[in-house]
Amino acid sequence: MAIKPKLSERAAERNMAELEPAYRPQEATVEADRCLYCFDAPCIHSCPTGIDIPGFIKKIANDNVTGAARTILRANVLGASCARVCPTEVLCEGACVLLDRDETPIKIGRLQRYATDHAYESALPLLHAPAKKSGKRVAIIGGGPAGLSCAAELAQLGHEAVIYERHQKAGGLNTYGIAYYKMKPAVALAEVRLVQSLGVEILTGTEVGKDVPGDEILNCYDAVFLAIGLGATYSLGIPGEDLPGVVEALAFIEELRMNPLDEVAVGDHVAVIGCGNTAIDAATQAKRLGANRVTIVYRRGPEDMPAFEYEYELAKTDGVEFLFHTQPVEVLGSKAGGLEGLRMVRTEPDANGRPQNVAGSEFDVPFDMVIKALGQQKLGDVIAKIFPGITIDKRGSIERDFATGITKHGSIYAGGDAANGGSEVVDAVAEGKRAAAAMHASFTGEAPEKLVQTTRLGTPDGATGAGIDKPVRVVELERAFRAGEASNG
Amino acid sequence: MADLSINFAGIRSPNPFWVASGPPANTGYQANRAFEAGWGGVVWKTIGEPIVNTASRYSAMHLGNTRIAGFNNIELISDRAPETNFDEIAEVKRRWPDRVVVASLMTDTRENWHDYMKRSTDCGSDAVELNFGCPHGMCERGMGSAVGQNPEVIETIVGWVMEVAEIPVIVKLTPNITSVKHAARAAKNAGADAISLINTINSITQVNLETFAPEPLVDGRSTHGGYCGPAVKPIALNMLHECAADPGFDLPISGIGGIGNWRDAAEFLALGSTSLQVCTAIMHYGFRIVEDMKEGLSDYLDAQGFSSVNDMIGRAVPNVGDWQNLNLNYKRVARIDYNKCIGCNLCYVACEDGAHQCIDLIDPAGYGLGPGRVPEKFIPQVREVDCVGCNLCSLVCPVDNCIDMVELKSEKQPMSWKEYQQRVADGDMDPIPAHP
Repeated sequence: MAIKPKLSERAAERNMAELEPAYRPQEATVEADRCLYCFDAPCIHSCPTGIDIPGFIKKIANDNVTGAARTILRANVLGASCARVCPTEVLCEGACVLLDRDETPIKIGRLQRYATDHAYESALPLLHAPAKKSGKRVAIIGGGPAGLSCAAELAQLGHEAVIYERHQKAGGLNTYGIAYYKMKPAVALAEVRLVQSLGVEILTGTEVGKDVPGDEILNCYDAVFLAIGLGATYSLGIPGEDLPGVVEALAFIEELRMNPLDEVAVGDHVAVIGCGNTAIDAATQAKRLGANRVTIVYRRGPEDMPAFEYEYELAKTDGVEFLFHTQPVEVLGSKAGGLEGLRMVRTEPDANGRPQNVAGSEFDVPFDMVIKALGQQKLGDVIAKIFPGITIDKRGSIERDFATGITKHGSIYAGGDAANGGSEVVDAVAEGKRAAAAMHASFTGEAPEKLVQTTRLGTPDGATGAGIDKPVRVVELERAFRAGEASNG
Repeated sequence: MADLSINFAGIRSPNPFWVASGPPANTGYQANRAFEAGWGGVVWKTIGEPIVNTASRYSAMHLGNTRIAGFNNIELISDRAPETNFDEIAEVKRRWPDRVVVASLMTDTRENWHDYMKRSTDCGSDAVELNFGCPHGMCERGMGSAVGQNPEVIETIVGWVMEVAEIPVIVKLTPNITSVKHAARAAKNAGADAISLINTINSITQVNLETFAPEPLVDGRSTHGGYCGPAVKPIALNMLHECAADPGFDLPISGIGGIGNWRDAAEFLALGSTSLQVCTAIMHYGFRIVEDMKEGLSDYLDAQGFSSVNDMIGRAVPNVGDWQNLNLNYKRVARIDYNKCIGCNLCYVACEDGAHQCIDLIDPAGYGLGPGRVPEKFIPQVREVDCVGCNLCSLVCPVDNCIDMVELKSEKQPMSWKEYQQRVADGDMDPIPAHP
């Protein structure tokens, strides 16, 4: 057993190819033509960035793909990555009215990809920053989706935005942390260039609080947007965790995104600890890169896993094995200092449903690689030291007003994972956009123009065009609907 | 099983489905294939002095995922010698004695009409169809629609033909005319045995936005073509009814225009066709479509309790008439079935922007989650008191039977506009107040 690259370049590229290939033109128009062009459509309500989805799909059907891309990118500057990584099943596609007619929603994500691919391939300038500048300057801490979105929105509203990014490349998890078969790094980097083309300056390799003090930032800018994301993976807190061969899931994914696939080392039998979407990403990619066996170890049962249902299905299809109700208690090392496996115990839920270790149930399984995917630590305490005046909630996230992103410090706004605790790329984009709109309002006293479909009677606050607070879990909705039907008799 | 056979102006056909005069009826080979597939008759591609055709002859209008919603051609009549066509008709009739072959004819002088009539009869044609409808090319030479647009000329030429006719004469009419009734009456006055309609409609289907030349493209230019296919069915049905309902007009009618399936066929029969002619649908899918047409029509007739196709011919004719006789006191309103509604709101926006503003978007509270999958999203509700019963919402609704147009029983006696005018004039009632 050894951790080493397993596959040839060709085999690795084939295994890691995108799950859903790009539409050919006629595929796209045939699919687009299925769209009913709903008025005040549920898919728009279910998109945190409020993209006019029926509008852009109608444009694809009408052979106006450039216009479709314009509609998407104006609402969501990271439309190309969202097209690939959004959990559309629980967002727009989960709200598609066709589910209730013939059970096949419009493939909104793939159509969005078709339109945005066209925009990047044609290199048409679809977004513009006005020539007349407001003179207002905003520092954006973190160049991930929230930061890029906020910067792009500010630039389009005539304000100057400067992004401070501690990594060598901007894009955040879109660049470093998305499963390769969902999106290649080049897509994320092209989006970074689109944001730069609006005049946004990105200072990479620059860590605020280390390379630049927080007070200097506050002195030099009219507002600050904190979009610092999350920190390192939580540790297991068990003996042997420092052994070679124990890696963080995000480090593993970053390695495979930043290096040729045939140079990425994986073990023969890989354990992945945790069962969120990142755990699934790590497990399926380890398998696709040639690991003989991959086992996900989770202390609760399948019904409790944070991963989306279709991610679980994907892992099973890829041959990933699952050890549920199991908790690692020790990483076992060999005398030579190598990794031999995991000692684990069975768990049982207590009266509150919390898993408790079952005494005497220890068992050992040999592994030569252990990937930790226990979720990322919150950076609230770290950032609060750099920017005194903001407040941190009890979960460690930056406290801010949901609608505007403003923190207790009146010039500092926050969004993305650092504020919402860890959510989808599209949520980060929406929060960046909302914060930019709030800053614009504070700078100018004017609200930015909203892209909404109006009705004579108006629509409920917050929904249309503005996006909703959290993803619509279709399963939950259906359950609620059925329960409602049952109680209504 | 219902009897599908018909007797059209004395011509017996095993079923009402005939291949219309056009590209699918160009040769004996095609006629054979049509009869093998089960067609009851073939109206031959129009025979006349052989013409020269252009390259690029057809174009189409596609509608979303539906290809060829409408079809256009600039092809002329047969480019084959008349003797070739007449010889092949004779051969086809020898092989298929129980099927119908109609010779479609187009020529100019009295002598030529007499000559073609004689040769059509000699080769064994069951009937002739006089092409007075072709709207491109031939009309520029004084034939085709140039004849069909002038009732006096129709009467003259049909008169020439009837001088020598020994087999039934069908006159094919053009829709490119203000009222087709005058053309039909002219044919009848001159002694024709039947009419067929419609021929194709003048059309340009599309313009290439880079070359600015319409299709079908002939060396950078195009011409007005003849429009047909599914899109023309409503026009054909209208003209069919105009003739079928014309008092005193009692000739059998062969219906043509957008027939592609058994349901279209049944609608033409209901509005007064005895035989049915199909061209574009064959050009799209081949002769095999007749199987579904015959089967579907037969099953429909059985389900309705009709023993013969003849039992339904013209059944819908009395139910169409002048607007002035429609009942102004009839009321119907739209009702949305919330068990079927999927929440697309197309009915709302159609009514709001395109009709009479009588659908509200309401809070779904009280309806459980309501239609659609997003909580708090408003749902459509018809304000029945204001609904004018226009049908628009039910037409745009993408779910079958989700919006029903429901009749509201009126206490008022039926009253047509004609009666209304009379009652107001007589002082029996006040004028109905204008809509606000």
